Amino acid sequence: MGRLGDHVTHLAHLARRTRWYVASLMGDNHYQRYLEYRRRAHPGEPVISEAEYWRLRHRDAERNPASRCC
Amino acid sequence: MECIEETRDGVTYVRTDKDLPPVAVIDRTPVSARNKLAFAAVALVGAVAWAVIAFVRGETVNAVWFVVAAVCTYVIGFRFYARFIERTIVRPRDEFATPAEIYENGTDYLPTDRRVLFGHHFAAIAGAGPLVGPVLAIQMGYLPGTIWILLGAVFAGCVQDYLVLAISTRRRGRSLGQMARDELGPIGGTAAIIGVLVIMVILLAVLALVVVNALAESPWGVFSIAMTIPIAIFMGLYLRVFRPGRVSEVSLIGVILLLAAVVAGGWVAGTDWGAEWFTLSKTTLSWCIIIYGLAASVLPVWFLLAPRDYLSTFMKIGTIALLAVGILLARPVMQAPAVSKFAEAGNGPVFAGSLFPFLFITIACGALSGFHSLIASGTTPKLLEKESQMRIIGYGGMLTESFVAIMALITASILDQHLYFAINAPTAATGGTAETAAAYVNSLGLSGPPATAEQITAAAAGVQEGSIVSRTGGAPTLAFGMSQVLSTAFGGPALKAFWYHFAIMFEALFILTTVDAGTRVARFMLSDGLSNLGGPLRRLHDPGWRPGAWGASLIVVGAWGSILLMGVTDPLGGINTLFPLFGIANQLLAAIALTVVTVVVIKKGMLRWAWIPGIPLLWDLVVTLTASWQKIFSGDPKLGYWTQHAQYLNAKEAGKTAFGAAKNPQQLDAVIRNTFIQGSFSVVFASVVIVVVTAAVIVSLRAIRGGGRPLAEEDPVPSKIFGPSKLIATPAEREVQKQWDALATTSRT
Repeated sequence: MGRLGDHVTHLAHLARRTRWYVASLMGDNHYQRYLEYRRRAHPGEPVISEAEYWRLRHRDAERNPASRCC
Repeated sequence: MECIEETRDGVTYVRTDKDLPPVAVIDRTPVSARNKLAFAAVALVGAVAWAVIAFVRGETVNAVWFVVAAVCTYVIGFRFYARFIERTIVRPRDEFATPAEIYENGTDYLPTDRRVLFGHHFAAIAGAGPLVGPVLAIQMGYLPGTIWILLGAVFAGCVQDYLVLAISTRRRGRSLGQMARDELGPIGGTAAIIGVLVIMVILLAVLALVVVNALAESPWGVFSIAMTIPIAIFMGLYLRVFRPGRVSEVSLIGVILLLAAVVAGGWVAGTDWGAEWFTLSKTTLSWCIIIYGLAASVLPVWFLLAPRDYLSTFMKIGTIALLAVGILLARPVMQAPAVSKFAEAGNGPVFAGSLFPFLFITIACGALSGFHSLIASGTTPKLLEKESQMRIIGYGGMLTESFVAIMALITASILDQHLYFAINAPTAATGGTAETAAAYVNSLGLSGPPATAEQITAAAAGVQEGSIVSRTGGAPTLAFGMSQVLSTAFGGPALKAFWYHFAIMFEALFILTTVDAGTRVARFMLSDGLSNLGGPLRRLHDPGWRPGAWGASLIVVGAWGSILLMGVTDPLGGINTLFPLFGIANQLLAAIALTVVTVVVIKKGMLRWAWIPGIPLLWDLVVTLTASWQKIFSGDPKLGYWTQHAQYLNAKEAGKTAFGAAKNPQQLDAVIRNTFIQGSFSVVFASVVIVVVTAAVIVSLRAIRGGGRPLAEEDPVPSKIFGPSKLIATPAEREVQKQWDALATTSRT
């Protein structure tokens, strides 16, 4: 039972790490990272909403286009 | 900058603030015996795999040997050569803050976990180039291509990416163009910026041409690609209106819709209306892509570009992993010869010219890609957490791209060679029908039993395409090979047509994303360059000024669009005349990047190590300038643009209405015009690079004598964050990470 439990914990850990990786790569947790950054660097100051955050990101992408390779 | 250093058990911990945990861990513990044994084993296995590839002949070489040789070469290259470059030139200092830390703003500047950044960087550098180039290069056999893809990556491509990333990071993430201006002065810098812009236009045109060639007369392909547009718009709206930030969720929905579109495409192409609507000629398709490119580059990013990019990233990483697994499961055997007779004779139908220099020009991105320097400078430094992680991101990222190229090479080598040439030779050679194509490929003297028209027709029917004759550009060949590998590994022959169109959709998807993003970047460079001229043009500096954006987009799209149209109507075959220009353009961009890097190394007083970027630079210059020379001056009309131009012009002046590949006066005029344009591009490319290199030589000589332009490196800022430098953190790094995590928890409460 103990060994099975270990496997389950291990798998759950792996699943969490994979989810974290995909979320970081694609952008799901980018707003969370922004909130963390604000809390750390500008504590107590107002933050923007998630929709507003993405609007800002896309506006930046518009002004400063990043290349994709051939 | 003041640092506190403390050494325990051979590990040095560096602090920039006595109240904070260490920001850098320098591990100088000796390599363990187990570790040494492991690397020796890797080297041994790699050597065996190389020996099999190089010396075993006949149709018995299994593709798995290529995978093994590649992986072992990468491990050794990364562990020893990259480490050597790190120690001699890069000398990362983790106590220095990276641009991501200095300018951190929670949006575009953000220190990012090294493994995540590796994914970002790889998704940005990997594109259609490493998939298409090796496929075309198979004309010369698998051995020359394999050697160049592996050694070129280890000694040239990875070195360029790594060092550009390193110098840009020490310059607050400046772009390649800006660094060229700072380090080489105004003339060299301006030439570099113009070069980048012209090169970009050719790249976009040729990539679009690859898509057009893959989709022409293929209703299934056209339908599934057309569907990516509404799918992307749906995703954009979903993220904007319903669920902002749920990117993985919407990407997963998008991928499912995309697969549904590929399946539906088979059905649509089978109906009368579907066949009628979606069977498009090359010219019509080109106009569709031109209009799409223009619209996509001026529409808001969230509406089309961003969601397409999510789809591309997902598909790119997923499909490449799938192909790797497929190759290991199917374990196909090589059909191509190790070295073909075209390698030496230089008279192959896929691209003109002999092995040196044209093999290197054709493979381009899989071994050395100038385009990567645009990502490694500017984009990636904004996300880099620690300088010591640059080795994984820069060097490691390019190794992964080289691996993609090796898989593309395998995929093309396992095809029956008669079929390979039937697909890849231009219509002027194959005659366009199964019968004439069979007669043509049988005349080439290839190994194996001769092809029949029925076999060629059956191969096309197997993937539910009308014809596979002269489907040049590399994408159909790759899709054909992928369908063979993937249907063997998953699903059997019944799924062959699905996998073929899946592969076509996958390639076209990210080529179109590149076209869209590339048009934006080129527009930006153009506006920026023009605004520097002053006067009323100064307004172009404001990216929010819509008429300016529209105008610049129109110019950029007009430029690549007209080359695209030229390519699809070219009586000589488009790809085989334009692809060398694409390769030369890319490799010349690499020459510019390596020049900037070499100058910086010399200016830093590291003349002793200047050979590390210097030898790849010299090699690249010899290859590209020889190729340019032949394209401009060769007396062989198949090779030299101007000789060809003169021949067709003479024919016209002599009153002929048909000559060579031109069957009527319009085609005659087309060849005269196209060769003129292609020849002019060759001249411009070569001149720009000669200007840049001359400027570099002058600057370097001055630096060696102890004068001239100062180094534009910025003063270091002390870092206040930590991140492990190894892909898998060492025990010491893990210990320090724990201290930082504990600090973060206490400060939060």
